[in-house]
Amino acid sequence: MQLFPCPFCGPRDETEFHYGGDAGNIRPDGADVPIDRWAEYLYLRGNPKGTAREIWVHMICGEFFVMGRDTITHKVLSSAALDGEHAA
Amino acid sequence: MTASRLATGGSAIDRSRPIRFSFDGATVHGFAGDTIASALLAGDVAVVGRSFKYHRPRGIWGAGVEEPNALVDLGGSVPAKPNTRATTEPARDGLVAKSVNATPSALADRNAFLDRFARFIPAAFYYKTFMWPDWHRFEPRIRAMAGLGTVDADWISPGTADQINHHCDVLVVGAGPAGLAAARLASGAGLTVTLVDDQHSPGGSLGHRAAEIDGKPAAVWVKETIAELAAGGHLILPSTIAFGIYDHNLVGLNQRHLDGRPDTLWRVRPRQIVLAAGAIERPLPFANNDLPGILSADAALAYLRRHAVLVGRRIVVATSNDSAYEVAGALAEAGAEVRLVDIRRDGTPAAPANVRLAKGRSLISASGRLRVDGVTLDDGTRFDADCVLISGGWTPTIHLFGQAKGKLAWSEARAAFLPGDPVDNIAVAGAAAGAVSLSEVFAGASTAVASLGQTKAPLPRSTGPEATDGIVAAWPMPGSKGRIWIDYQNDVTVKDVELAARENFVSVEHLKRYTTLGMATDQGKTSNLPGLALMAGITGRTVPEVGTTTYRPPFTPVPLASFAGTRVGELMAPVRRLPLENVHRANGAVFQEYGGWLRPAHYGGYADAERSIADEARRARQSVALFDGSTLGKIEVIGPQAAAFVDFLYYNTMSTLKPGRCRYGFMLSENGVVFDDGVLVRLDEHRFVVSCSSSHVAAVHARLEEWRQDRFGRDAVYIHNATSDMATLTVSGPNSRKLLETLGLGLSLDDADLPHMAIAHGTYAGDDVRIARVSFTGDRSYEISIRADRAEPLWAHLREAGQALEAVDIGLEALMILRAEKGFIVIGKDTDGTTLPHDLGVDGPRAKRQSEFVGRRSLFTEEASRGNRMQLVGLAVPQGDAPLPTGAHGIKRSDGRVHSQGFVTSSYQSPTLGRPVALGLIERGATRHGETIDIQHLGKISKATITAPCAFDPAGERLHA
Ligand SMILES: [Zn+2]
Repeated sequence: MQLFPCPFCGPRDETEFHYGGDAGNIRPDGADVPIDRWAEYLYLRGNPKGTAREIWVHMICGEFFVMGRDTITHKVLSSAALDGEHAA
Repeated sequence: MTASRLATGGSAIDRSRPIRFSFDGATVHGFAGDTIASALLAGDVAVVGRSFKYHRPRGIWGAGVEEPNALVDLGGSVPAKPNTRATTEPARDGLVAKSVNATPSALADRNAFLDRFARFIPAAFYYKTFMWPDWHRFEPRIRAMAGLGTVDADWISPGTADQINHHCDVLVVGAGPAGLAAARLASGAGLTVTLVDDQHSPGGSLGHRAAEIDGKPAAVWVKETIAELAAGGHLILPSTIAFGIYDHNLVGLNQRHLDGRPDTLWRVRPRQIVLAAGAIERPLPFANNDLPGILSADAALAYLRRHAVLVGRRIVVATSNDSAYEVAGALAEAGAEVRLVDIRRDGTPAAPANVRLAKGRSLISASGRLRVDGVTLDDGTRFDADCVLISGGWTPTIHLFGQAKGKLAWSEARAAFLPGDPVDNIAVAGAAAGAVSLSEVFAGASTAVASLGQTKAPLPRSTGPEATDGIVAAWPMPGSKGRIWIDYQNDVTVKDVELAARENFVSVEHLKRYTTLGMATDQGKTSNLPGLALMAGITGRTVPEVGTTTYRPPFTPVPLASFAGTRVGELMAPVRRLPLENVHRANGAVFQEYGGWLRPAHYGGYADAERSIADEARRARQSVALFDGSTLGKIEVIGPQAAAFVDFLYYNTMSTLKPGRCRYGFMLSENGVVFDDGVLVRLDEHRFVVSCSSSHVAAVHARLEEWRQDRFGRDAVYIHNATSDMATLTVSGPNSRKLLETLGLGLSLDDADLPHMAIAHGTYAGDDVRIARVSFTGDRSYEISIRADRAEPLWAHLREAGQALEAVDIGLEALMILRAEKGFIVIGKDTDGTTLPHDLGVDGPRAKRQSEFVGRRSLFTEEASRGNRMQLVGLAVPQGDAPLPTGAHGIKRSDGRVHSQGFVTSSYQSPTLGRPVALGLIERGATRHGETIDIQHLGKISKATITAPCAFDPAGERLHA
């Protein structure tokens, strides 16, 4: 079981968290966004081997945050709170 | 074999405390401190089980966790437990042990004949033979004949297992010389230590191998070290297995108790792990090496010195290394006639006193039926023997290191895999790291803890005899004569491995699965290395080229009860409960779980549930109904950007809502699919209440938080989930206003002041109440929200005052009928994972909205604009027909085939209309009102006419009646 650092609560068991998607998947606004761009936002994921930046939520306190981690070694590399305004 | 208990000795047993237990119906005598295995050996019980496949007689092999043969099903005075290793289970008064896979007993097993057909049932026999006509026809009989222990289906757990989370600086796995030294050094460095050992008493090999430490007998040093650690406040857990190591240094421990309590699961997060789990002795390959009376040499020494059990009178010890010399000497000294057969011609230690040594010789076969009676050497010499002890070398117990993805390094000199490149925060010490002499062991322990800090504890010194190794590899050879067992527990022989190689299952992972080598409950602790070394020999590769299978937890079997802990029964998935649950129960409510909530389904007016529900639904339309809607989501959205926020979250424009008013709307997912529906209340300029579906509260709350934190910012809005703060009591029906008037809420119920889709504030018995005039029944309705802990008097008041109006309590089932009559949908029931808002007839925002909202772009794709989308409809059946089955498909025929054109989503008998009502999603349904289609269910065809969803009061007059 991994330990994830919630920016609000500190290190907690991974079972308390939900995955929220790739960080940096910027939402394109508008009804006229090119359909390919919208499909990319909705469905295309990097699934990187190695370093990844992901959004996670700590279900206990409700904090959404960006976590850097290595998908092979499962090392946590960074953890930072979102600051609103299309946090990347 | 004629094993016996010696008159004196035995460091582990207490002769003043005799015990008795039963094995396969016979009484066995022992002493406190015996294991089941040592007591069976002391009673000269040779056959303790039958093998998995061939029902071969099997005896005790080892004295520890690696035991492949001596498994018993436990019961009697101890909690029932199948497949328990007799070698690690303490013997206790009154316990009942039964051999596994044997009927009626291990000694007289009626399936023993199977062994005579062994050459017709090699590895993969079942896969190849029972394919036609169907494996499942053969499966029950085969399963009954093969296998191990039996689970008692009637067994009831004596309680739930404790689960403990624990943190420490250093976790030391193994309390042998390496572990004890490491723990002491870590303690001396000021670190908190947790020391675990699978045995009941600490010491590991020091419990039976000759050693002297710091000038003291090993037993004294062990006792002093443990006392010192305990005095230092460190946690010492005996009878505890470290079964798995998981991400981020989590170690799983399973602790056994002797008092009948279920085992305890420990989740330990140490900063550093020291693995000092020792090593496991391997067998040697020779024909019939699985006969009862053939034991691990080290185990025989353990039984002698710990339990005063002499395993035989005429003993042959066969070895490939130095470790068996001490065993041979000790057994000779204890009075046995001992021959030592050493595979090595040169470089062996001197023969111990009274031991006859044959150098450069190996065993090629053993003979005997129910126990060994002799051996034949490679030069043809035959010796009679009642016991054969073997030492094929030592396999370091590096399982946890392997589980932590540590790479192993092959050591030709040790004929074993040793830990390779270090893994972060894990050090390996002692025999697990390939150390042989005590001096090496202590030096390794010192290195293992060196990185943790300066220690004040002195390094222990070995002042007695030092163990040596000198191993020469003696792997099973291809083409050997006779039946040579590799995996005792799963009945895998040299020939099976050869067969796997012939059929090209040469990868070690394929070898494992094809032959089941290493797949039994012992996980191949004695067999994996010989098996893969044999595969190397057959395929002309080196052992490291063949490699090991993947190490996975658990190291030894762990009871499922340990993992379950208290999460059993109702606690497996706890239901959420209404504040008024007890009141409803007192009023006859029958409860059911709905979306995680335990709610009244109906109030049991009649013995027949269906009739009770129909009666509630009918009476609700006549006068006034009371419904507990407390589960309805009440999530507050507060802040300067609250209006912009709800605009973005909802499909419908919400910012135009006036304070004090409500609006019904959808929330979409980004793919446009309707995620939730409900009423949004605007309390004031900057404050809204999101009233979402009961079962969606957590998901909606998370979604609001996500957009708040990832788009709007923390200062823009604040979100508070007030769902359980308040109870919501719904009063619905033509007389609902009349009933509300009796409450004296201090507000005007006049329709001009409180119209449909408006809210008002009042008080009841001094508490604030909020009245929302919204309706899920189609009748005039009021939702009264009040502090959850003050709801009971209000509910009682409503029921009492309601008597004069013939008010009726209604459960969720009646409400479902009322809303279906009106064509009101339930998301997830009347919609699926493809339903877009315009499929439900709500096209306005899609057509008109200019501002951004969640899911917007997805409403303008080719898919969203497809002409033949499934749309919400009502379905009417011909007069006299029963309600349509929910889930039945609307069908159409083309090209001579039947196609689905949608399905029934909700269907009920309406007591008010006196006919069935149904909702469905049907292709192009919104434009096909009046059309009659075929409905198919379980092969039967019926008719239904497509209608508008609303079947009752389509003009909506009753909202204001
Ligand atoms: Zn948190």
